[in-house]
Amino acid sequence: MFDFRLEQRRFISPWLIVFAPVGAVMFSFLVASILILLAGANPLESYFKLFLGAFGSKNALAETLTRSTPIILTGLAAAIAFRAKFWNIGAEGQLYAGALAVTFFGTGLIELPTLLMIPFLFLMGALAGGLLLLPLVLLRNYYRVDEVVTTLLTNFIIVLLVGYLLEGPWKDPMALGWPQGESVIDEGILPQIVSRTRLHLGFIISIGTAMIIWLLLSKTVLGYRIKAVGINPAASHHAGVPVVKTVIIVALLSGGMAGMAGVTETAGLKGYLTLDLSPGFGYAGIAVAMLAGLHPIGVIFSGIFLASIYVGADAMSRAVNVPTYLADVIVALTVLFVLFSIVILKFRIVFGGVKP
Amino acid sequence: MSALLEIKAISKRFGDLVANDKISFTQKSGQVLAILGENGAGKTTLMNILFGHYKCDEGEIFFRGSKLPTGKPGIAIKAGIGMVHQHFTLAENLTVLENIIIGEKSLLSLSLPQKSARAKLQELSDKFGLPIDPDTLVANLSVSEKQRLEILKTLYRDCKLLILDEPTAALTPQETESLFSTIKQMVKEGLSVILISHKLNEILSVTDRIIVLRNGRVVGKVITKDVKRTDIAEMIVGGTVQYPKRENLKKGMEVIRLEDISCDPINESTKGLNKVNLSLFEGQILGIAGVTGNGQIPLAKMMAGHLKPRHGNIFFKNNVLTIHEPRHFMDRGIAYIPEDRNTDGLVGDMSVWENAVLTETENDEFRSPLGWLNSDHCKKAAQKLCHTYDVRTQSLGQPARLLSGGNVQKLLLGRWLGRDPKLLIACQPTRGLDEGAIASIQKLILEVRQKGNAVLLITEDLDELLMLSDRVAVIYNGNLSKTFKPENLDRSKIGLMMAGERLDV
Amino acid sequence: MILDFVEILFTAGFWAATIRIACPLIFATLGELICERAGVLNLGIEGIMSIGAMVGWMSVYQGADLYSGVLIAAFVGGLFGLLHAIFSVYLGASQHVTGIGITMLASSIGFFSFKLLLPKSTTPPKIEPFQPIEVPFLSEIPFFGEALFQHTPFTYLAIISVIFIFWVINRTPYGLSIKMAGENPMALEAQGIDVLFVRATAVIFGSALMAVGGAYLTMSAFDAFYFGMVNGRGWIAIALVIFASWKPERALFGALLFAGLDAYQVRAQQLVGAMIPYQFFLMMPFFLSIVAMILAAKNTRYPKALLIPFRRGERH
Repeated sequence: MFDFRLEQRRFISPWLIVFAPVGAVMFSFLVASILILLAGANPLESYFKLFLGAFGSKNALAETLTRSTPIILTGLAAAIAFRAKFWNIGAEGQLYAGALAVTFFGTGLIELPTLLMIPFLFLMGALAGGLLLLPLVLLRNYYRVDEVVTTLLTNFIIVLLVGYLLEGPWKDPMALGWPQGESVIDEGILPQIVSRTRLHLGFIISIGTAMIIWLLLSKTVLGYRIKAVGINPAASHHAGVPVVKTVIIVALLSGGMAGMAGVTETAGLKGYLTLDLSPGFGYAGIAVAMLAGLHPIGVIFSGIFLASIYVGADAMSRAVNVPTYLADVIVALTVLFVLFSIVILKFRIVFGGVKP
Repeated sequence: MSALLEIKAISKRFGDLVANDKISFTQKSGQVLAILGENGAGKTTLMNILFGHYKCDEGEIFFRGSKLPTGKPGIAIKAGIGMVHQHFTLAENLTVLENIIIGEKSLLSLSLPQKSARAKLQELSDKFGLPIDPDTLVANLSVSEKQRLEILKTLYRDCKLLILDEPTAALTPQETESLFSTIKQMVKEGLSVILISHKLNEILSVTDRIIVLRNGRVVGKVITKDVKRTDIAEMIVGGTVQYPKRENLKKGMEVIRLEDISCDPINESTKGLNKVNLSLFEGQILGIAGVTGNGQIPLAKMMAGHLKPRHGNIFFKNNVLTIHEPRHFMDRGIAYIPEDRNTDGLVGDMSVWENAVLTETENDEFRSPLGWLNSDHCKKAAQKLCHTYDVRTQSLGQPARLLSGGNVQKLLLGRWLGRDPKLLIACQPTRGLDEGAIASIQKLILEVRQKGNAVLLITEDLDELLMLSDRVAVIYNGNLSKTFKPENLDRSKIGLMMAGERLDV
Repeated sequence: MILDFVEILFTAGFWAATIRIACPLIFATLGELICERAGVLNLGIEGIMSIGAMVGWMSVYQGADLYSGVLIAAFVGGLFGLLHAIFSVYLGASQHVTGIGITMLASSIGFFSFKLLLPKSTTPPKIEPFQPIEVPFLSEIPFFGEALFQHTPFTYLAIISVIFIFWVINRTPYGLSIKMAGENPMALEAQGIDVLFVRATAVIFGSALMAVGGAYLTMSAFDAFYFGMVNGRGWIAIALVIFASWKPERALFGALLFAGLDAYQVRAQQLVGAMIPYQFFLMMPFFLSIVAMILAAKNTRYPKALLIPFRRGERH
């Protein structure tokens, strides 16, 4: 049907590595402009409005960075897991697990001074996210139960659990009937870092986390093991690397960071748990990680970039009447084009005249 | 009689590597041609081009008078070329008959030709003396039965030219004989056969002509009955190779002892172990012979701590080992070179230095107490390893997958030998390597013995087995025979034991 | 009280509901099964079902007849299957990431087009969906008539699909080559068959079936399109494929078992009232999927070449 074959490249040019994600993004915008044309708008104008909406003012920029906070964390969660070929698609559920932990501990059960309260909430959120993933990673390692499906299914279970808690026992009686949790105590609220915006401490924490993960992956024995296990678990096992232990640690870290995303949203942005806390931040993390080439520092930039598309799309939609779902289309296209660029990086496509 | 097959100046490159360089030859009907050459000489590439798996860069192939397009196996099959690969191309989840009839009819056709196929298969079985049960699942066939099925597959598609790639590699000497009588029968029926091998011993008797390849080029075309074996051997390696000699050593203390070890099969094509007893001593190499899948891998894995026995005990220096974890066994001084070095040995997309120290992640010299990786020390150690064991690499930072097979094996072996193991378990350590690399790997294995350590050698290469081992045992269906001195064994005796005869009781 | 719970099993309505709920799962599971049998994990299933649901419904809403609606849904599903195949089969890219990308793309394009075509609607508009046809005579048999023979044509199509896929997989050269492509693709190529073509077409057909499963939701089970109406059915189907050991006949059984439990819990919920919150009943299918996978895991024999790309002319 398609007359070509792939030849593995011996060496990968560094230029290609840099250009690949940029090219992928450009192609995504190009293809998405077909949809804009279908909507009867001018693609250039729309993209300009999108850019303004994301970066055009102090407020817009702050909003973009605020939005990037959770998806940098879920992006890190996906990046570290995918590096170890542990397919955690459950960041959405782990995010809500983190949010549940904040609501459980942070609404009055435990009161600590701010300096302790905030780290405590992050720790609890990370623990909740990690522990949610723990049974699934154990099932994968000891019973060979595919983690892709179990993590995905767990997302639905957790969201339903949140629904139950918010409509039942954890419902805030002061919320005028809205299903939302009680407010996090003042000591637990992440302080604003730019005045008169919603940008909060969570952003700094997510950047710091990315740095730590980068150090962990590139400079430590654990990072070295994660790399080996991700590329070839069988060979790692034969060389005495504790493969199962490494994957479990990866899962705890991955779930932990997704859980932290739940903390930033509950204790930073909203101040309480709601049912629509995450409009798919968990899934967006996958796109963020792919666009970053699974590199933790890259995740910061791709996270901000994706956040800018989401934030900008709202403004664009108001201005030129293109449905906001365009942002999701662009993100999805980016994933596919990045995937294409990975193939191009590894292989040379040789069109062969194989005609009978 | 005109040529059945004419190959004209075929060239094929993989990146920088020239696998085939202007190869030309012809082949007539009713003849057996051997293509000999070391591993990596380009034999398999050439046959894969002929059969259509690869597309050649230059050159032409004429078959039965017409030009054959390359890169299309379907056309090669229709033209009458059949190929039996060294690694069988069978689907284990399907039956014998299903494996045969696939491809006979168009994908769009609405029914499978079960009935006619059954009759034709029966007819071919009888004609060539290749009995087989059409309704067995392929997973349940033995190695030689699978090869029989592969040959029947090509005959079923009316092949005029049959290519057999390393056909004797996994067979017992007796099975090899029976394969040769099948080949003679086929030639009598007018078929043409090409045998590909890196060993000349067995092949010679059945061939009419020989072509020798070296470094992708044809270096000799001879008539079998006109040449001496030693001449061909020199042609293959391009000179003479010094094989290492085993010196006499005194048997030392016992290193490891397996008592009544049993375990379940690890997969559908590998038997488990059945009450295996064996002891290895210092300064001794114990060779294990057997047809693939009879329990060699479970035996090696058991001794390396990768498997937990269902029954029985393992004693290392008279202490029973209870924690069946690779790390636990490693720390006691057991080294394990797995059979498939690319899948189970090398982490191909990591650098050479990262591969060189993969066994050392618990070693305090390579890490700080807080878990930071001491990469300077790692690189120094890797540098030393490459130097000591002659691993040829462009740089320590290049991806390990770019190393040649011989260098991969030297890297892996060196990594373990650097730990000064008391017991080395080597599975098929020289499979697929060129003669130079084989000699250096064998030398390294003998050095382990010379230092007063024990070696378990599992190999399909009977020459290697008899040359290196102090004692030899044969494994069949998960049962291990008692051990023999190699002097008291010959190939046919080993062959009978590999086929399940008990000569030790 | 306990008798009430048992009595549910003896109502024809329960059995009719079971079959109705099973249908989208049957289509989706069969679709995924074909892909995986050929060696390709298709995680695009959730998104493909979603766009199938949207496209089928939208075609009818815009004036197409019901049967054309199903065909259009299948066609669009096939297009996304083709896209999946280009990445996962022809380019040999990661099947996991391809599938997630396809799910994101298919559902976002579906939502985008829905909003584009119906920007104003706040309550989803309705169509006239497939109506039950009463099979002459058979539908009048007491109990069995109502349980089995008063369904929509779409439902009967699901049952016919199982038989058809069973026949294709086990009785045709194409089915045989699908099984071989998922087990040892080299063996298939050695017999002169284009492995990539077999895998790609399997993914395309499989994806078309998934889309039809989605369309069942909007054209037979319900009469409108809602965002997120697929609601994890695609992921459940993937679990069902494992539970069914990649066999169509067992997929039918698995889907019915699942749907039966679902239909049962709805009725049991009415009996227990508010004693147990409804969310816990809604969690059941997801829990059961995980349990089903754990039960199947011990004896599971995955297609050997699943997830492994096949590259032409590569050195093996």
